[in-house]
Amino acid sequence: MNYACTLGLRRHVFGDLKTVLAKASPARSGDMLAGVAAASEEERMAARMVLADLPLDRFLQEAVVPYEDDEVTRLILDGHDTAAFAPVAGLTVGEFRDWLLSDAADGASLQALAPGLTPEMVAAVSKLMRNQDLILVAAKCQVITRFRNTLGLPDRLAVRLQPNHPTDDPRGIAASMLDGLLYGVGDAVIGINPATDSLPAITTLLRLIDDFREQYAVPTQSCVLTHVTNTLRAIEKGAPVDLVFQSIGGTESVNRSFGVSAALLDEANAAALALGRGSVGNNVMYFETGQGSALSANAHHGADQQTLEARAYGLARRYRPLLVNTVVGFIGPEYLYDGKQIIRAGLEDHFCGKLLGLPMGCDICYTNHAEADQDDMDTLLTLLGVAGINFIIGVPGADDIMLNYQSTSFHDALYVRKVLDRRRAPEFEDWLERMGIADFRGDLLPQGEQQALLALAATL
Amino acid sequence: MGKPAILTPDPWLRLQGLTRARVALGRAGVSLPTREVLRFGTAHAQARDAVHQALDVATLQADLADVGFTSLAVHSQATDRGMYLRRPDMGRRLAPDSLALLGEQGRRLWSLHPPVAVVLADGLSSLATARHGLPLLQALLPYFPDLPGLPVIIASQARVALGDEIGHALGAALVVVMIGERPGLSSPDSLGLYLTARPRPGLTDAERNCISNVRPEGLPYADAARKLAFLMAGAHRLGRTGVDLKDDSDAAPALTDSPYPGLASP
Repeated sequence: MNYACTLGLRRHVFGDLKTVLAKASPARSGDMLAGVAAASEEERMAARMVLADLPLDRFLQEAVVPYEDDEVTRLILDGHDTAAFAPVAGLTVGEFRDWLLSDAADGASLQALAPGLTPEMVAAVSKLMRNQDLILVAAKCQVITRFRNTLGLPDRLAVRLQPNHPTDDPRGIAASMLDGLLYGVGDAVIGINPATDSLPAITTLLRLIDDFREQYAVPTQSCVLTHVTNTLRAIEKGAPVDLVFQSIGGTESVNRSFGVSAALLDEANAAALALGRGSVGNNVMYFETGQGSALSANAHHGADQQTLEARAYGLARRYRPLLVNTVVGFIGPEYLYDGKQIIRAGLEDHFCGKLLGLPMGCDICYTNHAEADQDDMDTLLTLLGVAGINFIIGVPGADDIMLNYQSTSFHDALYVRKVLDRRRAPEFEDWLERMGIADFRGDLLPQGEQQALLALAATL
Repeated sequence: MGKPAILTPDPWLRLQGLTRARVALGRAGVSLPTREVLRFGTAHAQARDAVHQALDVATLQADLADVGFTSLAVHSQATDRGMYLRRPDMGRRLAPDSLALLGEQGRRLWSLHPPVAVVLADGLSSLATARHGLPLLQALLPYFPDLPGLPVIIASQARVALGDEIGHALGAALVVVMIGERPGLSSPDSLGLYLTARPRPGLTDAERNCISNVRPEGLPYADAARKLAFLMAGAHRLGRTGVDLKDDSDAAPALTDSPYPGLASP
């Protein structure tokens, strides 16, 4: 296949499909670090022109990462649903963008199309889209998942309560958890990043949340975000595991660097399903991803980081997860340099995940060595709210004192609810009203002595 | 005449005593009160400054000399902060003139195969290196009285792996890199310690041991020195560092019968 185009007097030639994709990608530091980015702005546009004219089925013929070398590629291509693909099978990437923006692409047709799309097709079309296109199309997608409540319903936004503590101190964690619940946060999951991977410590944290959840009949799920092998051991020991967490990437080799494979994820998924702990559904997996992880593990195969991120979603969808979270600004400025790159990546990830049928959330975040600040986070939060994101993260005051980065705060969630009229998961909303934390509209109520959670706080 | 209450306070202030997390902040409508916006902004400003502030090498060298340490200053191939942040690979390699300096001056100043070389590196917070580098070296002296005669290298625009090339150039058996960690909002000056046996270019992080969050509010100097001395002794015994070398220093007895030459109990 010939990948070339002429712009003015210059002929631009690209050796293969992954090079076209990489050079068509909006500028970001990680692709420059990997040496796969366009060398000039004109070359970037030339690559986009080549990409726009490629038939979508080209992505079924030429793999970005070789089929023989990579189980993620095999899962993507072997799992491709030709019948679902039929409505767009004759389109080029450029025509596919136009179709996605047209009224022919509505919630129902996009949902039916998802199994017919590969991550590479979705990544390709995203590279031809402006931010508003990524928002408009994602807003048409609806992905509903269930465990103890219902996530992803129209005009709803959930929040993961993230009560981390640098030494896993149970009282410190409980303090942040109560603060969050009193701010109406926690419907996506109450999820702790533990400071240690020791099994007793993890079990202690699982019991801490589960006992609390049982005592107050909170319609949500809990998770301790430890390696999948630790969660499997916790399940064997009889610990109260709701969700299996794992970080995943878009190549077999990056997943190997994370110590996981599809076989291991299959095993963990089956173990969690067998527990049958969900009350309204059985989506039991929670995945985290982020552009740049493959390069960071030297496992990128010369592909750009956004395409590889979409491939991670190709792996994720095998498990019908409850939550998929792109931790967009955590990895640092060598991958996403500044607020502009972080915002773009967050919108791309949400769009790609949604188009592939995943319940996308985003950890809207940055580190202190990135050229970003709270204003950038406000912008991305607002844009993802408009785009219909399933969930965001809630950390007290946006300051995660364990992971040393800034995410979104409980107040940020209230802001986006207010300006965009986004409500919580219905079961959780009812619970907040029963507890006297929020009124029937979802607005927080002033708290006083009669609040049961404050009585609990007094005992910590 | 009092003003009408504008803010909605959170009647769970006592939770602030249980965690450094920003709990019970209260709200203005649904938003953060002005005082918290300013408090957060100040913490972020300090963390940002810590990332971008250059290490004052001359002052650090003079302070080291005052207490008997001889040092050399080197820099990586990252020529400025922007390149350092975008190109971690450049921060892991010595500039050619620095490599030459270690070859020429290093041989003159120190023995050819020192048991330990110390690298004081700016990393992502020069504030951490400037504040805690020298006090930590002094806290190590009781374990390691010969330390002042050994190489101390001050490295600018440096990543952890720069220590591999430095240690290799000096022929050191062990290299200890003391480096400014990525600043957190409430911890702009955390120092990280990385111990690597038989340093040479091309090692991975799996071949190092790390002690994190060294600063008076985190892991105090005395505790950090004890842990580091324990790991150094273990590295000498095993002949390697990394996943096989466990930090059991909390359970270890005092280091009386140390196998490590020059390592005495405090």
